[in-house]
Order: sequence, then C-alpha cells, then structure tokens
Amino acid sequence: MTKIYFLRYPKETSSQPVIYHLIQRYEVEFNILKADIRPQRDGIMVVELKGQKEKVTDSLDYLKSLGVQAERLAGKVHRDENKCYQCGACTGICPVAALYIQRPGMEVIFDPEKCTACGLCVPVCPVRSMEISFDPMSDTTALA
Amino acid sequence: MSDPKQESKFEVNKTYAEINARIKAGEAVVVTADEMTDIVRQEGPVEAARRVDVVTTGTFSTMCSSGVFLNFGQTNPTIKAQKVWINKVSAYAGIAAIDIYLGATEPAEHDPLNQVYPGDFRYGGGHVIEDLVAGKAVFLEAKAYPTDCYANTKCKKEITLAEMPYALLCNPRNAYQNYNCAVNLSDKIVYTYMGTLKPNCRNANYCSAGQLSPLLNDPLYRTIGIGTRIFLGGGVGYVTFRGTQHNPGAPRGDNGVPTRPAGTLMVQGDLKKMSADWLRGVSLRGYGTSLAVGLGIPIPILNEDMARFTGVSDEEIFTHVVDYGHDYTNGIARHYGKVSYAQLKSGEIEVAGQKVPTAPLSSLPGARKIAETLKGWIQSGKFHLGEPVDNLPSADFSFNPEK
Repeated sequence: MTKIYFLRYPKETSSQPVIYHLIQRYEVEFNILKADIRPQRDGIMVVELKGQKEKVTDSLDYLKSLGVQAERLAGKVHRDENKCYQCGACTGICPVAALYIQRPGMEVIFDPEKCTACGLCVPVCPVRSMEISFDPMSDTTALA
Repeated sequence: MSDPKQESKFEVNKTYAEINARIKAGEAVVVTADEMTDIVRQEGPVEAARRVDVVTTGTFSTMCSSGVFLNFGQTNPTIKAQKVWINKVSAYAGIAAIDIYLGATEPAEHDPLNQVYPGDFRYGGGHVIEDLVAGKAVFLEAKAYPTDCYANTKCKKEITLAEMPYALLCNPRNAYQNYNCAVNLSDKIVYTYMGTLKPNCRNANYCSAGQLSPLLNDPLYRTIGIGTRIFLGGGVGYVTFRGTQHNPGAPRGDNGVPTRPAGTLMVQGDLKKMSADWLRGVSLRGYGTSLAVGLGIPIPILNEDMARFTGVSDEEIFTHVVDYGHDYTNGIARHYGKVSYAQLKSGEIEVAGQKVPTAPLSSLPGARKIAETLKGWIQSGKFHLGEPVDNLPSADFSFNPEK
C-alpha cells in the first residue's frame, strides 16, 4: 500500500535519524516529497510510505512514540467546492494529476489521495479554491 | 407572411413571432447546442430545422471588458462625486453626480501589482461586483469639489446593492467568438491572461466552450444582434451592440466558423437580478483581476442554415496555437498550427511535432448548466426570444451546395 503522510517533528526529535530507523526496522519504502527540518526547531515532512499494511502501521506507531505527529496528507489539502467553478486552469499545472479533467463531461476532479501538497495550484486557481492547511514551507521559492 | 416565404431559398422558414407563439403555448422544441450536434448529425439540417425551434448555448469564463454602471444614491448635502472607490477599488466618476462605472480589471489601491512578481491580485473590480451581487455590504468613498448645487466634498458609507437606486452590468466585450490556444515557446515561465504557461511549450491553455459557445453556433450573427435577449450572470440581459474588437473579417472555414478570434458582443442587464454563482471575481496570477461571466444565448432555428450552424461539433471548430512567451507581447502575428476543439478537449495536442498537454480556462460544466437553465426557462414559457432590431456587422458567406 502507498499513502502520503504529513509529519510534524517536535523540536526534541528533529535532530534524530528517524528515517534511518524506520527503514531499517520496518522495511518501508520512503519517498520524501518535501521536508523542512532544522536542528532545535519544529519541522515538517511530506512522505510517501510504501510497504505491507502492518509494517506501515507499525512504522507510524513508532513515529508517534517519538512524538512525531503523522497524518494522512489527504486531510490537509482541501478544495472549496463552493468557490471552484470548474474552469480547469489548475489541471495544466498540477504535476501529479491530482487535479484532472474527467472526460467526456470535462468536470474538474480533485483527488486528495494523489496530492503531494506541492502548492502549485493555490495561486493558479482564479478563485483561490485550493487550500493547504499547513504552511507549505513558508517560502515561495519551493513553489516556483 | 406568405409572400416572403415563397421567395425564400430555404425549405424550412420560421419567424420569431411563430417561435415565440410556440414558446407561449408551451409547444416549442428546445435543445442545447450539445444535443443539436447529435440531432443534425442523425437527421440532417432540414429535418432538424423542422423539428427544433430553439437551440440554447452557454459559456462561463473569465471575460475582461466587463463592469457595472452604478448610481449610488445622493448624500445630504448633495455631492457631485469626482473620485470614487468601492472597497478601495477605483471607479470612474466622470459621468454625472453619483453615476459611476466600475471595471472588472481595476486592481485595489495599494495593490503591489507585479512589483512582487508574479503578483497575486487578490482583490479588484471583479471581486467588488461579485460581493455586490452576493448581497455583501461594500465600503464606498467619494471625493468631490463643492458647487452651488452640490455642496458636499466627501462621502464615506457602507452600502449594499439593494440600497443602490440603479445597477447595470454593462460589458463592452464578452463572449469572444473563438480564441487563441496559448503556449510559451520562451525558456522562462510566463504568467498571462491565458494562465500560467510553462517554458519550452510544456503546456497549452485554451478558452472557449467550443460547440456550446454562443457565437460559434451562429457564426455569421444571423440571429444574434442588437436586442437579442440572453442569459447573463444568472439573470436576463440583452445584446446591445457589437463588442469592442468585433472582427467579422477573421478567416473562416467552409462551415462559416472563424478559426481566429472574431466576433464579440456588448451585453447589458440588471445587476440586481443576477447571481454571484455566475459572476465571479477572479485573480489571474501575474496579470490582474477580472470577472468570470456566465452567458447563454438562445438561437432560433429559423431555417436549415441555422440548423447547420448550430449542429457544429468540436471536431469542426478550429483555432490557432499562439506563442505568449515572445510573439504576443511583441505584436508578432505568427502561429504554430491549427487545432480543433475536439483535440484540445482530448487533453493533448501536437505543436511542432511535440506532444503538449492542454488545459481549459473556460468552465464546460458551467457552460452546460447555463444552456440547460436557458432551455428550462424557454420550455416553461418565462423567457421569449428577442428579435434583433439591427444585425451586427457580418461577412459574406453561403454553404457550398456541393457539400
């Protein structure tokens, strides 16, 4: 199973080789999509976890034991359906086709499961209907 | 009425009055432009013209050259407003004492514009229009020089649309008949009114409802003219003149449909009867603000030519690929190939041998909903067709009898 998670590291854990232990002990595949972790500071990481279901669950438990909050990323990215008027401008920009056109009706679909929270869609949407409920690394250089 | 019919070159001849009588009696056959495409394909234009009375169209997209005339009501003492802002967005006040025009692309005062590139343009005239229609209170400020009849020099007040004596949506150029497909052939990203375009032609944006679009279903403006009653912003509006940049002389295909941006419409309607669902303030990154307008036009099927026109399909409507990285801003008239709306809607086109993913900027689900809504209004007898009092400038055209 492959799922994308949003991790928040507390200050105390941010200097530890957490990912190394996860890979060694739980045999999960890691794909780091975004990370902002600095010593003595809170940090965030967006990771894709791939592995057997139990192992992924165990690795998430291990993270929790270290005080790392782990949430499904899908819950952190949201489209305001009242704002979106289905124009499709986002679909040319989304790099992972989480925003895509469903043919033949040409409806604009958002699939939060595929979203990596890169944030490119946020300023491209003419009515600002896309919301990421964490600060996407608080700088725009990562988005450019 | 019988004389003109005998001279007619058409097999089917209907008048506006006949169609309106059928609408009144609840007998009119009304279909959307999507449905008409199938009907004409199956039955041919003559049969389709016999059977169908009205074809409804729709488009819902960003349309610059939109705005509102407002009369904001007098103050005591009275004022002859010289400078006016609504929610910090400047309106043009040089019309009369308290008449103003607020345009969709006017940014808010103190907006950093593109000084922080690319600018966000979070709020502007289009957003004010949406807020007004949504019933929100807006903050109006006016400055004036005093006169003997208008002594007041300033005014600040919260006001809602309902409190204004008069509000007219008046869009000098809407419903563009076809538009460019935009790509960026330069080596850096560009932020345009056609959206964000990646360098080296890595995406292509287009902006038309294609076979549902009003002017693509009446390509020679044979029924859409001055006085045509339309769906505008969720309410009822009218075509009042040709729009700015109306260009009937654009190149056309065998079906009469232009392959370049061509006709445009000036439209008006009572803002107070419109809905924020169909008038949306938009922010185009790096470009500015604007207004997304929902617009639909009923096309009377007066004869088999109108059936042929409204039977047009996305496969038969073409546009050109234009470079917005260098050519457009430098006024270079050059294109990189012709593509059909069927190709554009498929999600991929080919530009100079390279496969390029496409994205629409015009809402197809919105356009379809407008065509359906208009169809419902006509079927229920509450919307009648307006017969143009004058036509828009057009071009010579007749169908090739061989085909």
